[in-house]
Amino acid sequence: MSAAPRDVLKSWLSSRLPEAAADWLNDRAAAITAGDRKALYLAFGLAVRKTGKAELSLSAEELAAAEQARPGWNASSWSIDQAARVFLVLHYPSTDADDFRKTLDQMFATGEVHELVALYQALPLFPHPELFVERAAEGIRSNIRAVFLAVAHNNPFPAEQFSDDQWNQMVLKALFIGVALDPIVGLDRRANAELARILLDYAHERWAAKRPVSPELWRCVGPATNAEGIADLRKVLDSELATDREAALLALSASSLPAAQTALTEENQSAVTDPAVRATRWRQLAASVSN
Amino acid sequence: MRYIDPHIHMVSRTTDDYEQMAAQGVVAVIEPAFWQGQPRTQIGTFQDYFSMLVGFERFRAAQFGIRHYCTMGLNSKEANNVPLAEEVMDLLPLFATKEGVVAIGEIGYDDQTEAEDKFFRLQIELAKEVGLPILVHTPHRDKKRGTYRSMDVLEEHGFSPEMAIIDHNNEETCKEVLDRGYWCGFTIYPKTKMGNERMVEVVRQYGSERVIIDSSADWGVSDSLAVPKTARLMLERGIPVDQIEAVCYRNAIAAYASSGQFQEDDWLNPSPIDQRTLFEGNSVLRGGQTPRIDEPAKEGLLIR
Ligand SMILES: [Zn+2]
Repeated sequence: MSAAPRDVLKSWLSSRLPEAAADWLNDRAAAITAGDRKALYLAFGLAVRKTGKAELSLSAEELAAAEQARPGWNASSWSIDQAARVFLVLHYPSTDADDFRKTLDQMFATGEVHELVALYQALPLFPHPELFVERAAEGIRSNIRAVFLAVAHNNPFPAEQFSDDQWNQMVLKALFIGVALDPIVGLDRRANAELARILLDYAHERWAAKRPVSPELWRCVGPATNAEGIADLRKVLDSELATDREAALLALSASSLPAAQTALTEENQSAVTDPAVRATRWRQLAASVSN
Repeated sequence: MRYIDPHIHMVSRTTDDYEQMAAQGVVAVIEPAFWQGQPRTQIGTFQDYFSMLVGFERFRAAQFGIRHYCTMGLNSKEANNVPLAEEVMDLLPLFATKEGVVAIGEIGYDDQTEAEDKFFRLQIELAKEVGLPILVHTPHRDKKRGTYRSMDVLEEHGFSPEMAIIDHNNEETCKEVLDRGYWCGFTIYPKTKMGNERMVEVVRQYGSERVIIDSSADWGVSDSLAVPKTARLMLERGIPVDQIEAVCYRNAIAAYASSGQFQEDDWLNPSPIDQRTLFEGNSVLRGGQTPRIDEPAKEGLLIR
């Protein structure tokens, strides 16, 4: 049996923290386990004073332990105070689901920036995930970029829990504020026709304003679009930018429409049929445009 | 030169203010929790205000390369709504212990009522409990008495003067405040508080030890550039650079250092986590960059 997330966090923390800080954390965790809400609120705020804010810099084995404890859990960018805060939250009793949600709601409502990042990145670790869907959607509406990213990037929660509308809002906002799509977990799996339509409209709006369109946009268009989208992708395939051409090739390769295959053949391109290869190439593309 | 404005209410200010402050060398600000020009009637509005101070406003400031801190407290005006004030007192411990909260404040007296006295004392005890300094707001009316009384009460509670910043002083109050060992704040605020020509003379007379200059700029007619402007006026009028640095930068760091939440490294060498979370990893937005100094017209320096 794999370890629970809070045990994984405990091992990361105990191998990094000085004894006094680790003792303090364990002592507070014990109080929180007994259902002391005030102890949770105070310790959650104070944690950084005990731990400092170094990066966790997890080893490959540690990252694997996280993946095993909770598939999709990616703590590669976590800091030590963040891990400590999540460790504390995961000790609060959750058998009374309503009490757990109310307790967490108050923390979200009163959170400092770093606290909010910690809470939103911990969403996939919380029991009763269905109770936090609206909260996650609220994080997507946040004006604080780091909070938006805490939900959107390297977080399996949206792909697992969001409705199509919520999902589509998230992807569109990511493009709108100029952040990469590739770190969004489940991007290919959650492609849908409505999102493809929204993104095509958005691309047209950008073209009309003579603004660049992120090549990553086409990743969510390809698998779910109609003839109109294929026509647009054909244009992108002729772009003077290599990154656009690569995006159009990958997007058309993901379409099941015969017109997509025709477009590729007429441009003397062959489809990239393996989804895993496409995913790798999208990742490389995202990295090349972000620099 | 780098500046800190250790008392300014940024939630009421525009991005133009942030831009100009950054351009003139302001690297960090402290935003004391205060009233917002109109009394609040619900505990929820207090909670959202406090959340704003540690949330969006902190992020907003960072977008201009300015590091934002705050103090938490129930201000004296709103202490007079006793039932609501009791609820605020329940909320305060949660916020007082958050990252970047450098003091309990601004607290003290306004009309010097019984209720104000009660909540001032309760918050002195809270500050002792959480180990934070106190920022004291001194009243506009009956100022001298209110200022002395604030210090008397702090001493009655055994609060040590080097942990307390008494703000909004003038020529009449500062000697006593300094003699009793407190940090002595001066607010350069047009019309109602200090003008900066007077401030130059105060520094000439009393020196720079434990003297701190701020703008207290808020929703009223005020000047978010009061600190850099006053610094340049002092330079022009022959105050030594070392003293200017003390009153416009270093003393604020020393006064709030005991919070453990206010260190020069925060803005000169932010941790990678802070860079990512607050400054979006953008080195252009980091604090500590060489400020662009716009030389305003000479008469633009004076605040009267
Ligand atoms: Zn103020």
